Formats: sequence, C-alpha cells, structure tokens
Amino acid sequence: MNEFIIDGRPVPFVEGQTVAAALVAAGRVAWRTTRVRHRPRGVFCGIGVCFDCLVTIDGAGGRRACLVPARQGMNVTTGETVTTGETAGTTTTVTTVTTDTTEEGDHE
Amino acid sequence: MSEQGDLIVVGAGPAGLSAAAAALAGGLRVVLVDSGTTVGGQYWRHPPEHARAAIRTDDLHHRLREYRALADALSAARTAGRLDLRTAHHVWSAVREDGGFAVHAADRREAPAETLVVLRAPRLLVATGAYDRQLPFPGWDLPGVLTIGGLQALLKGGGVTAGGRVALGGTGPFLLPVAAGLAARGAEVVAVCEAASPLAWLRHPGPLLRNPGKWAEGAGYALALARHRVRVRPRTAIVRAEGDDRVTAVRIASLAADGSPRPGTERRVEVDAVGVGWGFAPQLDLLVPLGCELTAAEDGNAVVAVDDGQRTTVPGLYAAGEVCGVGGAPLAVAEGRLAAESVLADAGAAPVPGDPAVRAERLAAARTTVARQRAFARAMALAHPLPAAWSEWLTDETVVCRCEEVTAGAVRAACADGGAPDHRQVKQLTRAGMGWCQGRMCGPAVHCLAARGRPYVPAERLVATPVTLGALAGLDEMEEQ
Ligand SMILES: Cc1cc2nc3c(=O)[nH]c(=O)nc-3n(C[C@H](O)[C@@H](O)[C@H](O)COP(=O)(O)OP(=O)(O)OC[C@H]3O[C@@H](n4cnc5c(N)ncnc54)[C@H](O)[C@@H]3O)c2cc1C
Ligand code: FES
Repeated sequence: MNEFIIDGRPVPFVEGQTVAAALVAAGRVAWRTTRVRHRPRGVFCGIGVCFDCLVTIDGAGGRRACLVPARQGMNVTTGETVTTGETAGTTTTVTTVTTDTTEEGDHE
Repeated sequence: MSEQGDLIVVGAGPAGLSAAAAALAGGLRVVLVDSGTTVGGQYWRHPPEHARAAIRTDDLHHRLREYRALADALSAARTAGRLDLRTAHHVWSAVREDGGFAVHAADRREAPAETLVVLRAPRLLVATGAYDRQLPFPGWDLPGVLTIGGLQALLKGGGVTAGGRVALGGTGPFLLPVAAGLAARGAEVVAVCEAASPLAWLRHPGPLLRNPGKWAEGAGYALALARHRVRVRPRTAIVRAEGDDRVTAVRIASLAADGSPRPGTERRVEVDAVGVGWGFAPQLDLLVPLGCELTAAEDGNAVVAVDDGQRTTVPGLYAAGEVCGVGGAPLAVAEGRLAAESVLADAGAAPVPGDPAVRAERLAAARTTVARQRAFARAMALAHPLPAAWSEWLTDETVVCRCEEVTAGAVRAACADGGAPDHRQVKQLTRAGMGWCQGRMCGPAVHCLAARGRPYVPAERLVATPVTLGALAGLDEMEEQ
C-alpha cells in the first residue's frame, strides 16, 4: 500500500490523491495550529486559495496540502510555518520561511 | 526573446480548454498552462490521468462527452507538436513585454521542489476561473467546515467524501451538484440550506424560459436528491457551527426577507462536516496587475471587462470564463471559443481549411450562446443575492480573516471608529487580508462590512502564488545566461 509519513506516522493514500485528500480520507480534518489563537486547521477551500492546509513537505515549508500529490515515502510535518508578508503599498512580497520543528514535537 | 507559441492560455478549465482547442483548430501554436495535475478546471476536475482506474469519478460528472472531445483535440495537437501543455505550472505573474507577454510560472511537477520558467507569446488569454465566495459565521473556522467547492474538489479530484453526515449552506445552484455527489458516495446530507427563495426566479422568468437546458439540469439534480431523500430548505441558513477541535453540529435558522435569522426558528443538527458557499469570486490575480479595466457584475463582483469578442482593454490580452463573470461551464466553453476566434482574427491567421460559411455560422452560434447564458447568469445572480442582513450572524468574536485571525469586532471597530471606507483601509488598520491568502477568503466579506453596495474589487496581488526565494534566485541565473 502507498504511504506517506506525517509527523512520524504513516498515512495511506491512493496514487493520484493530494496530501490533503489522503488525510481527510484517513479521518483527519485538522493538521495545523494557527499562530495567534493556536486553533486547529485543515482543509477549507480545497483548491489552493485559502492557505489553511499549509504543511512542510520533505523540508520545504509553506506547501499547500490540497495541491501537492501524495508520494510514497513523502515526509510531511505540521510544525509551525512562519510567514512574513511585507506589504508596501499594493506590492506584496511573500517569503516562505520554515522552522525545523522536529525537536519541538508535533501539534496534534 | 524567443516565443514559445502564438498564444498562451492560462487556465485549462472549460473556458481555457475550449479556447485552446479552437485556436489550435485555427492553426495557431498554443501554450496551455494550468496549476492542476491535469486539465479540466473546477467543473471537469479529475484525478491525474494515471490514477483514473483507481479513483473513479465519471459518475459525478456532466457533459463528459464534450470534455473528452476537447481533451482528445488537445492530445492530437500535442502529438503534432503544436500544443505545449504545461500542467502543474502555477503562474505567479504575467507582464507585458516587447509588444507581447511574459508569463512567469513555477513548474511544480516535482513538488515540493519547484523550478521557475518564463513563457512568452504575442497574445495571452486568461481563463483562471473563480473560487467560492465566503461569508463568515461563528464557527466557520472549525476543522470540518469547508467550502462547497472544496467538498466537490475532494470528491471529484480524490474520490474522498469529507464526512458521513454533512450539512450544506449558502446560496446558488452549485449547492445541488455537491449535495447530489456527496449523497451518491454514501454521505448522509442532513440539510441543504438555500438562503434564497425559489420564488425569486419568477421575477425574471425570461432567461429561465430561454435556457431549457438549465431546466433539465435542475430536474436531474432534483431527482437525484429525491432518490437520496435530501431536502433543500429554501430561506434557511447555517448561522453557526459548533465543536471544540472540529465541527460536531450546526445551527440552522429560517431567514426573514432581509436575510436576518427569524427569532425562535434556530435548530441544532449534528454533523461531522459542513460545506458553505455564496456564489463565486472571479480569480483576477493575473488580470488586475496587467491593468485591464474591470466592470461590476450583478452578483456584486468586479469582473474583467471584455468586448463582444472577449477582448480586454489591454491589446493582445483576452479573457474567457468566470473571470468575465460567474455563469457556469457551458458559458465558459462558449466564451473560450469566442475568444479564440478573436485571437485568430486579430493575429491575421491564415484561413483554416473548410467552409467559411460553416465557420461564420459556428461563430454566430457561440455569440448567441454567450448572450443567452449571460442573461441567465444575471438572473441567477439576482435570484441568489447575498442576504442583506448576513452580518447579523456575526458575534464580535467571530473570526473574519482566517489567516491573521482578525475578528468581526475588530473589523467593525475599524469601520466605525477608524472610519475605514473599504477593505484596503480595514487591512491597514486590522491586518485583515494581510496573511497568506492575501484577502482572497475574507476580502468580499470585509468589503461588505465596510463598503456595502459598491462592487468588490480585489486587492492587487503582484504575486499570484508564493514562490520560494531559492527558486527566484535560480530564475535570475537563468535570465543572465
Ligand atoms: C472548487 C470549485 C468546484 C466547482 N465545481 C463545480 C461543479 O462540480 N459543477 C459546476 O457546475 N460548477 C462547479 N464550479 C463552478 C465553476 O466555476 C464552473 O462554472 C467552471 O469550472 C468555470 O470554468 P472556467 O474555465 O471559467 O474556470 P475553472 O474551471 O475554474 O478553470 C480555471 C483554471 O485555471 C487554473 N488557474 C487559476 N489560476 C492559475 C494560475 N495562477 N496559474 C495556473 N493555472 C491557474 C485553475 O487551476 C483551473 O484549472 C466549481 C467552482 C469551484 C471554485
Ligand atoms: S485548503 Fe485552501 S489552500 Fe489548501
């Protein structure tokens, strides 16, 4: 069976599903904790618009779980994803910075 | 700079697919770009090609014959080397350059890795569609509450049903296919709350009468829903979602004529998933920075202004589908074809083999379809308005901006004390709309709270999708070489 790893635990998926679809199929509706109120979040828009579903995949932070196809052995972590949105007038720069959270444990 | 084709089409939904097919049939070389893993857009969303045997979704679709004909035309053109199909390419910026266009895309075929590419052509057609329009309500940020489009995308794209007991709410005909799809996959759809009254359609009977296809479609859903004993409750709304770490129940209320909940009608229904949607908001991320003129649509959205051949006000730039106004897939297909005909005419393309009279007839037919379906879309918008009093559902603690977790209380204070006249000002004062989604989710709602009555113009976003600094550095090197 196909599996990827999220926070050290295996999640089965059908080839062709996104990371978010596999998580929802496995009964998980939340996998991220918000920065301000520390609330759980998962998939909301399902098409890459809302950024609720953010995860770190194979070390790359700020990835939308609803867009990335699941792959065998992929390593997904749900630690804190830091974003700095610098706004100057109407110009918006979005920078993605990832913190390695392996030592802080997960947020389940 | 070398050009990859005569025309770049961004978006391979119903509009982009039909535009690309028609431009190819007219002899042009086309580059078709989409962020998805396969073509089809939202309406014809499919799992990637190699996964379709394992994830079966055909029964959830409509007009599949049309989809296959378009997909076949594209594969033939690809084999012939005239179509450059770029799936899993997310366009993050499009700019005018040397009389043509440069389209910057992140190639995410090997996600999470990404490579940036630049595509160039003298003409550009943007068909980036729309996304679900949202109105916040208490509890909408709980896990298990999704947009109805999100429920549909999980279903059509991954074969996944997000819950076993689902309540749907909002307004518009899109509630019906989602309810039918979920029910077909075994979910119990415990409530479909349609805020509008079906009688609203009687005020504009003309477009309904002239679009019998829509009747048949509606009747089909009614039948499917009846079979699964799903009831659509007109003039009701989901006014609250409850739960600790995920949604466990919703509160449903009957609505008065102005859309305010009628006191004493609230009832609690246990659920494990919720879908909400209030029509759609056009995806204008690429078009606004390109400088094309916008216009107001009946549903309160700003949409890109086009002439009767789908030309925007920027020379060489065309638009088709829901960026020009929300109106459903058949309209998007017709607009795509029309746009391609304009591209062919403007490019002075050599006349294609075949009877010119037949082509002229086809063009006239596309024009008629667009006009007829646009009239239907207008009537649909008027029959399914945002309830005037929707903000009465909000408590001061309700999160309005999901990213920055700004509450309704803070937004109201910014409008009242801070005198903020629109969502841009509210953003400066509260950070609402400043997070990851850049106001895509809260923008329309914040706009309604601040500037009722005026059409919603989304904030200009110079980057349509975040790209990593590493990839940007790689791009600089590429350009220098
Ligand atoms: C989530 C969702 C699900 C829907 N499901 C249905 C349904 O089941 N039935 C129904 O009748 N209607 C549905 N709709 C309504 C839908 O909008 C259709 O009317 C129809 O798909 C519109 O066609 P279109 O070609 O204009 O846009 P879309 O079908 O939205 O196509 C736009 C395409 O552009 C691509 N795109 C957007 N931005 C970029 C970018 N920056 N770079 C690269 N590619 C980009 C998208 O990936 C998409 O494939 C849905 C809408 C949404 C938002
Ligand atoms: S769920 Fe909205 S971006 Fe993934």
